[in-house]
Amino acid sequence: MALSDKDRIFQNLYGFHDWKLPAARMRGCWDDTAAILARGRDAIIEEMKNSGLRGRGGAGFPTGMKWSFMPKQSDGRPSYLVVNADESEPGTCKDRDIIRHDPHTLVEGCLIAGFAMGAVAGYIYIRGEYYNESVVLEAAIAEAYEAGLLGKNAAGSGYDFDLYVHRGAGAYICGEETALIESLEGKKGMPRLKPPFPAAVGLYGCPTTVNNVETIAVVPTILRRGADWFASFGRPKNSGTKIFCIQGHVNKPCNVEAEMSIPMRELIERYAGGVRGGWDNLLCVIPGGSSTPLLPKHICDDVLMDFDALREHRSGLGTAAVIVMDKSTDVIRAIARLSAFYKHESCGQCTPCREGMGWVKRMMDRMVTGDAEVDEIDVLDNVTRRIEGHTICALADGGVWPVQGLIRHFRPLMEDRIAAFKARSTRLAAE
Amino acid sequence: MAKVTVDGIEVEVPNGASVLQACEAAGKEVPRFCYHERLSVAGNCRMCLVEVEKAPKPVASCAYPVMDGMKVFTDTAVVRQARRNVMEFLLINHPLDCPICDQGGECDLQDQAYAYGHDKSRYGEAKRAVKDKDIGPLVKTVMNRCIQCTRCVRFSAEVAGTPELGGTNRGENMEIGTYVEKALTSELSGNLIDICPVGALTSRPYAFVSRPWELSKTDSIDVLDAVGANIRVDARGPEVLRIIPRINEAVNEEWMADRGRFSFDGLKRRRLDRPWVKRDGKLVAATWPEAFAAIATKLAALPGDRIGAVAGALADAESTLALKDLMAAYGSNNLDCRDDFAAIDTSRPDFFRFNTTIAGIDEADALLIIGSDVRREAPVLNARIRTRWTAGKFPVGFVGPRGVDLTYPAQHLGEGPAAIQAFAETLKAAQKPMIILGRGALQRPDGAAVLAAAWALAEQTGALTPDWHGFNLLHLFGGQVGALELGFVTGKPLAEMLAGGVDALWLLNADGFDPGRIAASTFVIYQGHHGDAMAARADVILPGAAYTEKDATWVNTEGRAQRGRLAIFPPGEAKEDWRILRAYSEGVGRALPYDDTGAIRARLADASPIFARVGDVLRGGCADTTGPVGGPLTDAAFVLPIPVYHQADVISRASDTMAQCAAVYGPQPAMAAE
Repeated sequence: MALSDKDRIFQNLYGFHDWKLPAARMRGCWDDTAAILARGRDAIIEEMKNSGLRGRGGAGFPTGMKWSFMPKQSDGRPSYLVVNADESEPGTCKDRDIIRHDPHTLVEGCLIAGFAMGAVAGYIYIRGEYYNESVVLEAAIAEAYEAGLLGKNAAGSGYDFDLYVHRGAGAYICGEETALIESLEGKKGMPRLKPPFPAAVGLYGCPTTVNNVETIAVVPTILRRGADWFASFGRPKNSGTKIFCIQGHVNKPCNVEAEMSIPMRELIERYAGGVRGGWDNLLCVIPGGSSTPLLPKHICDDVLMDFDALREHRSGLGTAAVIVMDKSTDVIRAIARLSAFYKHESCGQCTPCREGMGWVKRMMDRMVTGDAEVDEIDVLDNVTRRIEGHTICALADGGVWPVQGLIRHFRPLMEDRIAAFKARSTRLAAE
Repeated sequence: MAKVTVDGIEVEVPNGASVLQACEAAGKEVPRFCYHERLSVAGNCRMCLVEVEKAPKPVASCAYPVMDGMKVFTDTAVVRQARRNVMEFLLINHPLDCPICDQGGECDLQDQAYAYGHDKSRYGEAKRAVKDKDIGPLVKTVMNRCIQCTRCVRFSAEVAGTPELGGTNRGENMEIGTYVEKALTSELSGNLIDICPVGALTSRPYAFVSRPWELSKTDSIDVLDAVGANIRVDARGPEVLRIIPRINEAVNEEWMADRGRFSFDGLKRRRLDRPWVKRDGKLVAATWPEAFAAIATKLAALPGDRIGAVAGALADAESTLALKDLMAAYGSNNLDCRDDFAAIDTSRPDFFRFNTTIAGIDEADALLIIGSDVRREAPVLNARIRTRWTAGKFPVGFVGPRGVDLTYPAQHLGEGPAAIQAFAETLKAAQKPMIILGRGALQRPDGAAVLAAAWALAEQTGALTPDWHGFNLLHLFGGQVGALELGFVTGKPLAEMLAGGVDALWLLNADGFDPGRIAASTFVIYQGHHGDAMAARADVILPGAAYTEKDATWVNTEGRAQRGRLAIFPPGEAKEDWRILRAYSEGVGRALPYDDTGAIRARLADASPIFARVGDVLRGGCADTTGPVGGPLTDAAFVLPIPVYHQADVISRASDTMAQCAAVYGPQPAMAAE
């Protein structure tokens, strides 16, 4: 059963309507926001907990719980909300559509989330490449200020809340929450050590919560329609609706909001027009953005698209960027390209990531041509495991998982390629 | 306190301590590269990973706070494997050029590679190559060896206060450097060499010179500033090859200043290695008996009152005492150790000591600096002030020339003595206010008045209480305070002696004033180790030993007596200074009553109690707030006493390395186009 239009949170995901405030109000944004805030901080957080919303940025941490870590009483320091709009995960483009076509869901969400965590101000850290989106977002915020929805006595709630947009400079690592905070402070974007966590010591040393754009943008609707409504979609602990970004070898690549736990095959066939050349032409799918290990076709046949089902198959929902590859794909080369990306984007702080990513990338380059020994596949796998879990942030983990997935599912292909290379070079030598 | 179990050993560590500190408390060694006790925690090398019970993956112990009841394991299979992994990653792009690396033998990476390295590499790809950076004449870079631990970046930013180093680029391409190539401007830059765990930052003067195991190592004291940094002199044969700091928490922690560290090549140049006697207006080489005879003949003909002695900046306590005793034997009490004419009052020790003590800076909560560029006069002490400032709530006022960068913000109050009152309210508001008066501020005609005014301000603002002494005089060289403690200020003052008040002047390492000021008829005996301007004026030159060449006692600005030891022998016929004086006294029949080091040190301990507690300093409050006697105060601007940091004393003036530094850091010649 497909998600019906009336249950879609993002009513203007495709930009068929105007994004501006009057049109957004007609879609339900800013409808008596003061009443939502009047429920109080604890009630809002409780409602968010009940909704089962998990962070949409990739890690899937329960949002209500994250908010509840913020101090209830200030010790003199202000609290901040930071919205992570540094959407850089290859394959992901959901936040972009939210910002350019439905920015008021985000702006309203910021006010509500900021109120719920007692933040005096919110910062939206938007990816530098999203220039046009930042223009739209700034305009939406200006509209909201103009209409009295932000600033002093925001939306008539009696609560003061300011919202700012900060443009990043194009580093993938700045999507990591503590690196984002560093970058926002004007420093080099390098992840901080945890603990202390941002909820204790974050932006400018003050309690801070960093949330993804989509996480914040769904908040107003959840509070309007109730936690039960939101929780009615998807399996328990994986509830809600989610924007999937379907791309690659499908007939109609698209962003689509669908319910969680939808079978992958249904998702691709219903919304994206199916795999190019038919389902049987499918080779593999990267289910959640470039950091998640790929899944070969036999798993894709019946896997559900949610956090737990994908984890069972040693992959993850990530940002729900579904990258579909048909049998024309050189999957080794595809993953090698991702290794190059992670090598380029490593911040250089931790030894295993700084040194290891280059090593992995170079080995992957040789795997593409087959210029390697078969036991080097084991070395490659071993190196990825030496990188994984030994660093400050999760970039290194995300960088090696695709390689691990490749070896797990396509090792015979890699061996064939090495054998073919050997055969070719022996023949050349013989001639 | 938190109870932590490390490998089954239970230890108690303060709350907020790191797991690494707990491991050290339990006596477990944890390898590390980026962690350094005196720098902020970076947690990026990942070498110090340990296992903590219930933690899903190994944690970086340097950055992980302890919790009560925590169980830590430092020697499990997981931990060992994790460290091996990190070591492998560190080495894949490391050039492994240990045989030609100056860090070889004292390299953390090399040592740890023995414990956690593999015998062969699995890495067959091309290694990363990084261009070397030119960061000045003192620190040599071999950036291929860099493991990006960022200790140097944190040291420059946090301790030295000159944030000139940083990491540019990302990931594998990350490079440590100054971005726009330039020479580091810190006076503490040599410490980068010590904190660099690999051979990326090494000493330029020491490049390809020696291996650590070939050196004989002698503990000594740095005398080229008055901090009295504890050092180790590394020598091979007759040559000092390098000087590095030792740890002394109360004095220099583990830092030392560049002038003390790099000027040792001056010990080989322009040395006085034999006696000289002036004949017919010209200095000619002589033997010891000839030189002694020339002096004895001259002095025998003079009444005691017409003989004077001056002890200078680099004179050790033993020889100063011997000279004092010799003068007494001649019936002279014309002694002055203020060869820079600083109007120091020796009537009470706390008039000329750094009474708060260096460690006491950590407790102070407001500071006024008068006429002293602390950064260049005592770089290590300045770093301590900076550390205190970093901790917060520490207003600093500065009276002196404009444009002095102390590495921490200081409110510039004015250029002359009148401005000191502007900071009185801030000092009054503080619990433990501190005043640092530069010795340079007393080198002026109204110096005594400046001293009195500074003392009066200290008294008026509550800096002098029975349990806090906030008045401090910052001296410039390691030999200055010892002579003051010995009361080497009696009889005619220096100016009077120079103007013809005496007929014979015995100069012991006294290079502080212009030799042209000595009256033409005065017979000058110069006892010292460098042929600087003063030696040229002498009638007899007695070649002495430099600080690395004698067992001697030095007193730092706090009044802390410390022992330097003989690392190499004096060159040629030069001798230890007190022995020269002893030998001379014997020859003229006025033998000094000590024959060996033990005896003269016993005499030192009698002369002043500070010599009885070597290495220690008695810290206390101010028992008597009566100030020194002043005079009329003018408002002439203060002039800093050290115009060129790198060439402030006879040793550094003879040093090639320091000359290069002066060329790089000193005033630059104007460009043709200008």
